[in-house]
Amino acid sequence: MNHAAYDIVIVGSGAGGGTVAQELSPLCRQGLRIAVLEKGPRLRDDEFTGRELEMAGALYEDGGGFLTADGAMTIAFGSAYGGSTVVYTGTSMLPLERVIRRWNVPDLTHADLDCRARKFMAGNHAHLIEDDLINENNKLFVAGCRKLNYDVRQFPVNIKGCRGSGLCNLGCPNQAKQGTDRVQLPNAERNGVEVVTRCQVLTVGQRTLSARVSARPADGKGEPSTWEPGDYQIDARIIVLCAGAVNTPALMLRSGLGATLPRLGSGFTTHPAMIMLAEHARPITNFIGHPKSYYLDQFAETGHFVLETCMYFPFITAKSLAGFGEPHSAFMRAFPRLQMILVLAGDKADAHNRVSIDRAGKPVVEYRFQPEAIHGLVRGAIASARIFFAAGAVRVHMPVASHTTIEAADAPRLDQIAAAAEFKPGKVPVSAAHPQGGCGMGSHARDSVTDSRGRVHGFPWLFVADASLFPDSLELNPYVTIMALADRVAQRIREEAPALLGS
Amino acid sequence: MPLELDSTILRALFATIVPESSALDAAGWCDVEQVVAALLRDRPESLKRQLRIFLRAIQWLPVARYGRPFTRLSPAHRTRVLAHLQNHRIQKVRVGFWGLRTIVLAGYYGRPAAARAIGYTASPRGWGAA
Repeated sequence: MNHAAYDIVIVGSGAGGGTVAQELSPLCRQGLRIAVLEKGPRLRDDEFTGRELEMAGALYEDGGGFLTADGAMTIAFGSAYGGSTVVYTGTSMLPLERVIRRWNVPDLTHADLDCRARKFMAGNHAHLIEDDLINENNKLFVAGCRKLNYDVRQFPVNIKGCRGSGLCNLGCPNQAKQGTDRVQLPNAERNGVEVVTRCQVLTVGQRTLSARVSARPADGKGEPSTWEPGDYQIDARIIVLCAGAVNTPALMLRSGLGATLPRLGSGFTTHPAMIMLAEHARPITNFIGHPKSYYLDQFAETGHFVLETCMYFPFITAKSLAGFGEPHSAFMRAFPRLQMILVLAGDKADAHNRVSIDRAGKPVVEYRFQPEAIHGLVRGAIASARIFFAAGAVRVHMPVASHTTIEAADAPRLDQIAAAAEFKPGKVPVSAAHPQGGCGMGSHARDSVTDSRGRVHGFPWLFVADASLFPDSLELNPYVTIMALADRVAQRIREEAPALLGS
Repeated sequence: MPLELDSTILRALFATIVPESSALDAAGWCDVEQVVAALLRDRPESLKRQLRIFLRAIQWLPVARYGRPFTRLSPAHRTRVLAHLQNHRIQKVRVGFWGLRTIVLAGYYGRPAAARAIGYTASPRGWGAA
């Protein structure tokens, strides 16, 4: 067993961990030792090839194939230096006032979060991209929405020097996306924070962690860890968990913390999503250019869905089409003519959906589709089809219909063709990329896991600073809100550091 | 062969899910098998066992209805068998088929040659390559 000791250890390097590392890094100048322990690898710039399966295997948990316990939904999240910020599209959204009010967390105001969120949007270069860099896949979405009088909006995205590779979800090969791997972590390292990759934290004990450092696989990507492979015990006077909404609750459950925290793992939400496709009569620019430039959220409250432009790669596209055989192949052969829209359903924290662990201590996500979420997916699919046809598509793939190919002539019958009864888990391809909750904020251990500034109830030295803090769904792309919450946690640690480190 | 199964079963499944796979040559199948093997390499043994059982079930269940195994059915009958599994009233059966379908789609469309064949030519150079 190897030993190490730090004043502060941060577990995870994504939107939460990277932010905490940056915001605490000035403490290094006062002599404090701070480490970030990241399970995934750190890739060299030239290793971002954009090849689908190769990059998914290198950058995602389970190669992007992490499944819910019943196998009916894939949840994609990053496992690399920079966490999920390496594989998102950089869409930068401010938290909504109505959502933060509904969270009803004492001492957490929308004004405070909004102010912090704007700071990180500026720091990570979030802006509206120029019109001449927007491809037809996105422009057709705008055209369709406007024809239907929908209130389409443009996403701010955090890119700098984008060349339009369209490979955001496979890690930008041009280092244009300004995730924590490009901004917060390098800032933290410059100030003296140590980042240790390939280091999986197994358990958290009383101001100590056990961890395992893996060797670089012979055919794998990324740098070897700066630590020798092997098992480690790491003492830390302050521990901040930022391993994400699946792995942070799982780590705490593995560590036996569920005994005093009955809400640990509960309240999991994830914005279940369906990828909608349509075929146009002519080729359009789709896989070139930033994939996610516009969204439609006017039905978020009434219809439980948000639509976003998107464009995926051959395998993910094939997997997202329902069915098989010739109708499936026909859409794949039309790849250069495809337009895509992502339907994100609004799910809510409930008693069933939660993170637990199996006998080996691995995370298990118990997830059941709520009626409102199914309604959102179906209504979102219908709205997407309307937008496609309004934009001139000749046929649409409809996953929630008995016959999944809809010709333009059938457009007036969309409400009859698509139906919730056709939503069968395991048949309709559903995936998610916004895992949230499991360590929700609140007042007491009986209704939450942490207080409003991320301190775990009953453990003065233990904090959480990632999407697991969300007490309920955020209803939009989460990284900016995660950073804002992580900033609150970091501020609190800075304020209390003398007491916490002295005791 | 991935999943240690008779290649004829797996190839019949591929041909039903992705009809274009019937045209693959030996080198193409070699690529497919490498992709599938890599996909399954780090998966739990329990999952691989389930997939093997599910594949065998696909091969032999049609005997009850059609009097012959999956590999000896016509393409239309094979499609009917898989559609039955895809729409099955038991979610575990649907999920099992979904898992196999995912492996087949990864094996076929995860190959650069298949991506090129459908016109997907994304490049890190982005607009510069257009």
